[in-house]
Amino acid sequence: MATDPVFGRGETLISPISPSFRRQRGNWGLTPWLRANLFSSRLSAVTTLFIVYLLWQALPPLIDWAFLDAVWTAPDSKACRAASGKGACWAFVAEKHRFILFGTYPFEQHWRPALATVLLIALWALSALRACWKWWLALVWAGGLAVIGVLMWGGVFGLGYVENERWGGLILTLILTTFGLAFAFPLAVLLALARRSGMPVLRGLAVGFIELVRGVPLISLLFMASVMLPLFLPSGVAIDKLLRAQIALILFAAAYLAEAVRGGLQAIPPGQYEAADALGLSYWRKTLLIVLPQALRIAIPPLVNSFISFFKDTSLVLIIGLFDLLSTIKVALTEPAWSGFGVEAYLFAAIVYFLFCHAMSRYSQNLERELAKAEAGRRR
Amino acid sequence: MKPSDPRLRALVYQAAALGAALLAAWFLISNTLENLEARNIASGFAFLGREAGFAIGETSLIAYSAADTYLKALAVGVANTFRVALIGIVAATVLGTLIGLARLSRNWLLAKLAAAYVEFVRNVPLLVQLFFWYALITEYLPLSRAALEPLPGVYLTNRGIFLPLPAAHPAHVWMFVALIAGAIAAFFFARWAARRRALAGGAPPVLEVALALVLIPPALAYLAAGAPAAIDVPRLSGFNFSGGMALTPEFAALAGGLVIYTAAFIAEIVRAGVLAVPYGQFEAAYALGLRRRLAMRLVVLPQALRVIVPPLTSQYLNLTKNSSLAVAIGYPDLVSIANTTINQTGQAVEGIAIIMAVYLAISLSISALMNWYNARMALTGR
Repeated sequence: MATDPVFGRGETLISPISPSFRRQRGNWGLTPWLRANLFSSRLSAVTTLFIVYLLWQALPPLIDWAFLDAVWTAPDSKACRAASGKGACWAFVAEKHRFILFGTYPFEQHWRPALATVLLIALWALSALRACWKWWLALVWAGGLAVIGVLMWGGVFGLGYVENERWGGLILTLILTTFGLAFAFPLAVLLALARRSGMPVLRGLAVGFIELVRGVPLISLLFMASVMLPLFLPSGVAIDKLLRAQIALILFAAAYLAEAVRGGLQAIPPGQYEAADALGLSYWRKTLLIVLPQALRIAIPPLVNSFISFFKDTSLVLIIGLFDLLSTIKVALTEPAWSGFGVEAYLFAAIVYFLFCHAMSRYSQNLERELAKAEAGRRR
Repeated sequence: MKPSDPRLRALVYQAAALGAALLAAWFLISNTLENLEARNIASGFAFLGREAGFAIGETSLIAYSAADTYLKALAVGVANTFRVALIGIVAATVLGTLIGLARLSRNWLLAKLAAAYVEFVRNVPLLVQLFFWYALITEYLPLSRAALEPLPGVYLTNRGIFLPLPAAHPAHVWMFVALIAGAIAAFFFARWAARRRALAGGAPPVLEVALALVLIPPALAYLAAGAPAAIDVPRLSGFNFSGGMALTPEFAALAGGLVIYTAAFIAEIVRAGVLAVPYGQFEAAYALGLRRRLAMRLVVLPQALRVIVPPLTSQYLNLTKNSSLAVAIGYPDLVSIANTTINQTGQAVEGIAIIMAVYLAISLSISALMNWYNARMALTGR
């Protein structure tokens, strides 16, 4: 690490500039790297030794528990009970994986939600490629969602009908996320435009809605959807539980996405609005042709962050009794033979959610870097 | 006004929007009233005065029994929400700041460990983490008879966590009064010292004197009361511990989960705040001859705090709202007690209105405070 004129050579442990651990030219080899990054000062050396000691104490028992002494497959929970406290019971996940992934969907039809899951993930992956950000992507999505609907509900092409009370597991989490975002996004753009508009009534309604939704916990909205929504509707009209939860999730996501879009709208220089007005464009042409393309590009990183939060938040539907991924795991644990393996079960849930969220956040960081580079290129 | 006049059009649009909103509200309210009538549910808050008839596990702040009213049960819920939120906010701030600074460390191991923590914790839903901690406490901690004792007097069991506490003594009240008085004195001393430095230069030892003013009066009060040394250590009686301070598994899992989750977000905020201060500011402060502590306090921290405080408050709000996940692991917070109330009385509209009103009151008052702070701290344009 370079000598720092103010803080000297590593006298302090904390650096006010982002530390970089890359090797410097002419400084190859392990020893100089160790000296620079692990033993640069007495304090740093003590910290290193302390952390190594802690890892030395914690890692071996953890590895024993998670891998060496773990029970990987077992027809029933006896082997797990015998290893209880010493080794993890991954056999629970192995034994219950069909229920965890697909919930109460008819067992011999599990290929349908499995295919739908793969298709949905492929659609998301396709949308992540910048080369695919064309108008035909909307068509691909519409087609893909139609196929997923056919697969899940069935009732045509010789597929048996499956009512959506029986949907569950990973596909339900993905469906709640996808449809939540798909409907929330246009609503969010309208809310953000209303909040930025010069009409006091529209602005007041938008601010009222956004602040109300953002001020209360998601659980209260879900309770509202499950308990109060039936009261809101005229007698004789009923909406099923999945749709009610989906409506609450859409309204919730819309309020948060609207704030991300508003950030993008605010970042556009006022000259752009003035130039559009000078050209005589109407409000909607100005918004669609000049304002939104720029604002949404700026808002992409915060939008992706909101997507990640929303994906995590869908796990709350467990509380109103829908069978999403977390819920099926919790239900699987209620079987007396397999109760008491919650630590392993929730660790598995954590890993699944982590894989999805980590991929999205990595993608968002790369995208942010690329967009910044493109922006810098345009400025030049 | 011509029909193409933008003012007229704005008026028409707004009237239409307002009309649509009112119509929707009227539709929902009239349906609700009709449905309530059909189900023989009397709307209104009269049920709050009726006997609740259910017991609550944690009533450390407000005395409550099953014979008390719904109103009192809900008050216990609000108190429990505040209890976990306040403890969570303090602990998450400390832990988050430490991890955020650790990520800026020049020590590779420390920085990478902190980065891994942030990356993993932020990408797993809080609900999964709460279930995990709750399962860890109830499944992996031993029975009371074989309790773990990591520190003398501290017991970890699957029935909860038990900590020793100084036995109640009248001296504690006086120590608290002395602490408050000392803090007030320290505040006025710091103001006097700042004014004096501005007028006459020199640097009075502010930190040392202020620390002495805060710490010495309670110590004197303690000694004056005869230094009561009795400590209430938890003791195993029958199947469980009694005495000392007891944290239920629900509270421990909820508070621990909230702290660990929120600390990861706070760490990122702190890191971004420190990095937001250009390095030239340090150099300029040193060039002006400020010593390291003064440069930190007068030049760097005010600029970093301007970046840190707004997102930090929104994390505090998030933690408070997230404490409503208590309902999933059985900690009796406001949402969980309101939920029980709704199930018993059928007063869904009122119950949810109470939940929303309480959280909205917290959110709006903190945002108001935030706006005031931002207006005070905003950069004055040149």
